[in-house]
Amino acid sequence: MIDIQLKDNELKTADCEAFVASDAAGGTVIFVGTVRNQTKGKKVLRLDFEAYKPMAIKEMRKIAEQAMQQFDALKISIHHRVGTLQIGEIPVIIAVSTPHRAAAFEACQYCIDTLKETVPIWKKEYFEDGEVWVAAHP
Amino acid sequence: MNINLVAFGIARDILGNSTQKFDLKKGNTIEELKAELTSEFPKFEELASLKFAVNETYQQDDFLLSENDEVVIIPPVSGG
Repeated sequence: MIDIQLKDNELKTADCEAFVASDAAGGTVIFVGTVRNQTKGKKVLRLDFEAYKPMAIKEMRKIAEQAMQQFDALKISIHHRVGTLQIGEIPVIIAVSTPHRAAAFEACQYCIDTLKETVPIWKKEYFEDGEVWVAAHP
Repeated sequence: MNINLVAFGIARDILGNSTQKFDLKKGNTIEELKAELTSEFPKFEELASLKFAVNETYQQDDFLLSENDEVVIIPPVSGG
């Protein structure tokens, strides 16, 4: 079972954890991404996230489907947020339950790594002296 | 051939709009669109990558475009 959500309000770890709960699970791994207060030593004030929503949801679902197959996962929940986020807030949560723990770690890592490569979501970092689209330039 | 461009993130900044009609003068592939777009907006060439989506799916260079297709410009993604 797969749960994909793209939301413009607060993400809650408990929601993802509850979705992936299963009597067949030997372990659950939850990755929580948080907004960091600096980038390369420069103070970050806040982040803006925007998404090409229908495709972002499709791509997140593809990732979860692949992870379900590849790692024999029981349930996967991926929640991503859009809009303005302050330091310490949560832009992404990925929860995976599997029968044995090793696969849960691997599947969770696969999901976040692939999400960062393929899902059409963009973040802009705001500094005291300007702003920049993250990863736009080599 | 006219297509409808949709742009997000830095692509919107470069294009100047989130949606824009674009007259593709030569050819009908993503590759040809990319060439025409970067010659009109050279800043696209400075990006770490430049991808295109039609029907909410990434399309390769040889994808054939049709009149009035909605083509989404996907600059380097940075979710998570």
